[in-house]
Amino acid sequence: MNDMSALDRFLHTDPEDVGCGQAMEVLHLYAELAATNAEAAAERYRGVAAHLRACGPCQEDLEGLLAAITDPRQ
Amino acid sequence: MRLHELLLRVARGEVRRRSGLLRVDGPELDDLAHQAAADALLAITSKIGQFRGESRFSTWAYKFVIFEVSSKIGRHFWRRPQVPLEAEEWERLPDRFGLDPARESEWRELITALRRAVETELTERQRQVFVEIVLNGVPLDALVARLGSNRNAIYKIMFDARRKLRTALAANGYPHGNTSEPQR
Ligand SMILES: [Zn+2]
Repeated sequence: MNDMSALDRFLHTDPEDVGCGQAMEVLHLYAELAATNAEAAAERYRGVAAHLRACGPCQEDLEGLLAAITDPRQ
Repeated sequence: MRLHELLLRVARGEVRRRSGLLRVDGPELDDLAHQAAADALLAITSKIGQFRGESRFSTWAYKFVIFEVSSKIGRHFWRRPQVPLEAEEWERLPDRFGLDPARESEWRELITALRRAVETELTERQRQVFVEIVLNGVPLDALVARLGSNRNAIYKIMFDARRKLRTALAANGYPHGNTSEPQR
């Protein structure tokens, strides 16, 4: 019965999703908070969290930024 | 350490982290990292007045390195497309969404309805973006580079297309969450 779930998830749009522009604007703030507390970041920036769930490229950028700021060599 | 060296270190780390997606060798990757660090430095220099001290300066600065790496990888993909970009690969769609070929009888009708909705409900621009991203598997940033657009605009086109398609499917009796059994 869950055969279509990937398609359902793909077609689902979250009205809270702020889009790439706004997410990229605050990505440094989101990342700094998420580095210590991912849930707090998602709570504080709900629209950004909704966007990151749906946008692969922005999520990838967040992961890259998190990797950069948590790298012990930086 | 000079800012440029820090940016280059971050760019190299990010290129390495993403290198699985790219079929390129070491020198080319390093070249990409150098370009990303140089362009990030330009962006940081021109936007420095926008830094408000709400985060560490390094976090804010590294963000531009990550954006530059993303966009350069998108452009790189576009210069060397891995897939033919004109054909509409509808037969790939079931695979993209992990649909079990053994259960085709359950989803064939839905895919047909989806295709009809793509052809009749979407604007030409929405249809073009849907075909490239969903059917041809072109990464969003590669399409951004090809169309000379920006990520926000292409995402918005896809967002509106997704919402329209879901509405059209629902109107045709495919309720969300139970789409394998169309109600007619
Ligand atoms: Zn995005």
